[in-house]
Amino acid sequence: MSGHEFQSWFPDSGSVDMADQSSNIDEQTIAELRELAGRYPQARSALLPMLHLVQSVDGRVSPRGIEACADVLGITTAQVTGVATFYTMYKRRPAGRHHVGVCTTALCAVMGGDALIEHVSDKLGIAEGETTADGTFSLERIECNAACDFAPVMMVNWEFMDNMSPEKADQLLDDLAAGKPVSSTRGATLTSWKEAERVLAGFPDGRADEGPAAAGASLVGLNIARERGWAAPDSAPAPATQEEQK
Amino acid sequence: MTDMLTPVLSANWADDRPWKLTNYERLGGYQGLRKALTMEPDAIIGEVKDSGLRGRGGAGFPTGMKWSFVPQDNPNPKYLVVNADESEPGTCKDIPLMMANPHVLVEGVAISSFAIRSNFAFIYVRGEVLHVIRRLQQAVREAYSAGYLGKNILGTGYDLEVVVHAGAGAYICGEETALLDSLEGRRGQPRLRPPFPAVAGLYASPTVVNNVESIASVPGIIAKGASWFASMGTEKSKGHGIFSLSGHVANPGQFEAPMGITLRQLIELAGGMRDGHELKFFTPGGSSTQILTKDSLDMPLDFDSVAAAGSLLGTRALQIFDETTSVVRTTLRWVEFYKHESCGKCTPCREGNWWLVQMLRKFEAGQAQEGDIEKMLDVADNIGGRSFCALADGAVACVTSAVKEFRSEFEAGYHTPAWELFPYGKSALFGAKQAGGHA
Repeated sequence: MSGHEFQSWFPDSGSVDMADQSSNIDEQTIAELRELAGRYPQARSALLPMLHLVQSVDGRVSPRGIEACADVLGITTAQVTGVATFYTMYKRRPAGRHHVGVCTTALCAVMGGDALIEHVSDKLGIAEGETTADGTFSLERIECNAACDFAPVMMVNWEFMDNMSPEKADQLLDDLAAGKPVSSTRGATLTSWKEAERVLAGFPDGRADEGPAAAGASLVGLNIARERGWAAPDSAPAPATQEEQK
Repeated sequence: MTDMLTPVLSANWADDRPWKLTNYERLGGYQGLRKALTMEPDAIIGEVKDSGLRGRGGAGFPTGMKWSFVPQDNPNPKYLVVNADESEPGTCKDIPLMMANPHVLVEGVAISSFAIRSNFAFIYVRGEVLHVIRRLQQAVREAYSAGYLGKNILGTGYDLEVVVHAGAGAYICGEETALLDSLEGRRGQPRLRPPFPAVAGLYASPTVVNNVESIASVPGIIAKGASWFASMGTEKSKGHGIFSLSGHVANPGQFEAPMGITLRQLIELAGGMRDGHELKFFTPGGSSTQILTKDSLDMPLDFDSVAAAGSLLGTRALQIFDETTSVVRTTLRWVEFYKHESCGKCTPCREGNWWLVQMLRKFEAGQAQEGDIEKMLDVADNIGGRSFCALADGAVACVTSAVKEFRSEFEAGYHTPAWELFPYGKSALFGAKQAGGHA
């Protein structure tokens, strides 16, 4: 073991980019920030959603966004910055129109995630944490995204891209680059990372009914139970047929 | 004798749009709430206690007992917070549950809030699951419109506000006190306990924090009775639970079964190990639980049996690895996770996990030195139990158990890289040629 070099324990840490003062935040945004603050018994609870909203407008946590949050909540910009730099979903440089995450926590890594991130990085020509020059893609090495039964897993704009392979990733990225419609394996048609951030802030986009209820691995146990007639004791009434539901 | 699988929360996942209120109601949805609103709150707590439901988020604390700790003479508002920050590596049950069947959670929130006399509840869901958040937002909206949430619920005079709150990427926020700090708009860092959240939680007020699956189990318990729930499972681990199989089995997936099913049964249901391979090691309940081997195939997966085997049932997140897998590599990747996710508050965890990663990288590269195993265990011993929260304990659980079960693989790290002993391409699902630098 070499000497104890000084380096950040948290390579993702660092401050907000104060050099880039650009912002699209307007009166409408401020009104929405206030609306979020009003949803909670104590306004500061809205800070995480508010920062999601800032990202949906500015494509990153901008200095102006931090000021706006601080103003609305009556706290300091240092307090807001402290929160913004703690959570990995807050970006301090502009993320791409499509934000790509590849899971490389142990199980996904073993199942192929390590190879996948290398492949995607080569294909996009960017390293993790970077955005392509044309602003179409950004790439992140993500930690476990709670889809281990679909490993290896990729996320685009925080939608599931399950059971990924290098070939499937190529197709997916080519389609997105060409502006073709792409659907998540368990989600909606992909929009953009900024639009996703707006939903996370608490402003629904009306797409909840898109996509399946469940798919693939989620249904393995249920399908076996149905085939074999297994059920919980005194189970609920048999599910209605699709015909009856229409 | 109950059936081997008992879908309750997952029973409607293959139906047409089960996330819609009308479809949920058609299957008896919100009958539990209607019944609960005719009961005394304490009677609901009693029913949940009698059911034997133990927390489904990992710790296994009796849910009804947790509710009874809320001091009703405290003048502050009471809060219910659902922990939907599912992030423990291997754990992938709450996400499909909320995606397909969000109303069972919303109904559970209403009943549980009524029981603890709360008028404000939160569902804190990790931010990285957009579509799950859409479905939850919609389910809550539908429930408000139908009079199951909001003012004067079903004409009973009971009021409840529910907010779906998206996190922003931090494993630590699955720890209940860090979650509360995060929900107060701060960095997600754990608090020293006591006081426990039941006494001083959100806004220093009495707060119950429960896992998604725990709360989602409540409507069934109220609608069908504690004895119905308790008729499944084992003596001390009652009821149904979702078991998640991932990794090197033929058909990974979700299996809702009575507590106490065995891994041998689950692997069989999953179509066996992938072709031509055999089980090497597994986690019973996520990466924070000690790894076990095929010696534990017939161990009942209930809280006490797994504890007796030296591990924890945790979240029933069974990550399965076959004989192609390097234990050293896997352990390194888990510890890299904990290093990345350490919130930085406690020195042993923040610094210790950083050092463990440095050491494990040497083991992986075949560059460790004689005595490094002992040094690594010593470092681990100075992390576990020395921090505010259980993240540190979870981090070292995989290290100590990996050395215990597979010491020779770490000894091989004194001279041979892990990728030579276990070419990484063989563990991956796509061809060795494409499986990365160390294939």
